[in-house]
Amino acid sequence: MSALALDAERVRLDFPILAERVNGHRLVYLDSAASSQKPEVVIEAVSDYYRHANANVHRGVHALGERATELFESARTAVAGLVSADPRGVVFVRNTTEGINLVAQAFARERLGPADRIVCSEMEHHSNLVPWQRVRDQTGCQLAYIPVTPAGELDLEAAEALLRPPTRLLSVAHVSNVLGTINPVRELVRMAHREGITVCVDGAQAVPHMPVDLGELDADFYAFSGHKMCGPTGIGVLVGRPQLLEEMPPFLTGGSMISVVTLERTTWDEIPHKFEAGTPDIGGAAGLRAAVSYLESTGMEAVQGHGAALSDYAIEALSEVPGLTRYGPSGANQLGILSFNLSGVHPHDVGTVLDRYGVAVRAGHHCCQPLMRRLGVAATARASLYLYNTREDVDTLLEAIGEVRRIFSD
Amino acid sequence: MAQTEPVSLDDELFREIILDHYRHPRHRGLLDPADMASHGHNPLCGDEVDLSLRVRGGQVEGVGFEGQGCSISMASTSMMSEEIQGKSLEQAHELIGRFRAMLLEGQDPSSLAGIGDLEALSGVRRYASRVKCAMLPWTTLEAGLKQLEGGHEPAGD
Repeated sequence: MSALALDAERVRLDFPILAERVNGHRLVYLDSAASSQKPEVVIEAVSDYYRHANANVHRGVHALGERATELFESARTAVAGLVSADPRGVVFVRNTTEGINLVAQAFARERLGPADRIVCSEMEHHSNLVPWQRVRDQTGCQLAYIPVTPAGELDLEAAEALLRPPTRLLSVAHVSNVLGTINPVRELVRMAHREGITVCVDGAQAVPHMPVDLGELDADFYAFSGHKMCGPTGIGVLVGRPQLLEEMPPFLTGGSMISVVTLERTTWDEIPHKFEAGTPDIGGAAGLRAAVSYLESTGMEAVQGHGAALSDYAIEALSEVPGLTRYGPSGANQLGILSFNLSGVHPHDVGTVLDRYGVAVRAGHHCCQPLMRRLGVAATARASLYLYNTREDVDTLLEAIGEVRRIFSD
Repeated sequence: MAQTEPVSLDDELFREIILDHYRHPRHRGLLDPADMASHGHNPLCGDEVDLSLRVRGGQVEGVGFEGQGCSISMASTSMMSEEIQGKSLEQAHELIGRFRAMLLEGQDPSSLAGIGDLEALSGVRRYASRVKCAMLPWTTLEAGLKQLEGGHEPAGD
């Protein structure tokens, strides 16, 4: 196997937007952790849906209605295949945030009370933190956090101590959106299940970048977003253990999710439809299906291998920049999300200078204010890598960082 | 790389005077006691400014600030503090209006009387995502003056 497991220069050509010029420069897109770019096949799939198959799903007896339904349900099967899940447990939502809110409101809020505890971690994105604070306020349960070590990893000893009664639910990121840390979710699930604790995983930064086998991982709920994995915005996935989903009440109610409605009462449709009230994002599902197929044909092992090799290359280059502090692990535990600060320069200034050279990075708190406090910083700059990034991209990033240092040197 | 740019960032956004105020802020340190205390916060980027004023006979007798943020927000705060020191509250209001006109309404700074060194911040208006950085101390001052003139107790959290 070559150092880079896929030919990123060729992959780059699959993404039309990467031909854009930004401020007179070749676009170097290093913000895929916020939202990935879309390959031509995904853009075409969305467009094809509206051109050739647009109709509502699960209703019409006409040809288009059948095409749309078939497309929508085949997207479900494709997603289930990608993460080795039972399609009956694959619920389409808008994004990871909505998936987690579904679990918070239709599972945790229904079952927890003042004697119970929810455990999250200090590295969570606000989307896997605020919903649990809300459940705490609604049910009176406790909320505790697994600490993050100085190396940017979860403190597993502390986790083990927390994963005991009265904890009833653990919700944790598979991969940190700031540090790039791959958390040992399999191990955490084992610890939790020994004590009968239900586990929800925020997989937003994992599914796009590495093979994820939910059968093996054994989490009870697992959420991710289409737009971070080459798919369109507006569609995301919550995978739930079918038995739990069957026991749960719906999250949203209305059309589509019913079996029989009278003026007095309603019975719910089967899962997963019970959780899909209203007309879903059918075009989004068509795009997501194409994204899954694109990633599968590239190979998730290759995607991860490329990310790891490029990440090693970038980490080494960044380590040679004077005054640069990077946050997060290196090596096998790092999934290509590189957060850093330059001494004496605010990350927004770093972001503005980099943009001037066509390099797109994120600067700010990354929706992780508690983690920023833990790291002792107000904000960081973050370069995140994906399958279409090349060594040349990293080299351009380094050159542009040189410009930041020149402008801000005393 | 810089040679290929029609206007370099140094000339347009990170002018020397801005970097100088960022590296060597004037009026840093809060006044205690103060007649006006105002806190400003940009929730999107996390920049924060605390502003304190001492006012005697309608004149700004002292200005002090603490804050954390990017070069633009901190330089804007430092430059604003310098400009309003010794001015009347009415002049301070006028300056807020002129600064806003320069940044948000695209008015040519040369047509704005008394804008002085603040002209250096006019390049920020071409960077939509950074305008709020430059505006932060000014909206903080405006909120503080409103409270002061309304006769409320100094606020600040």
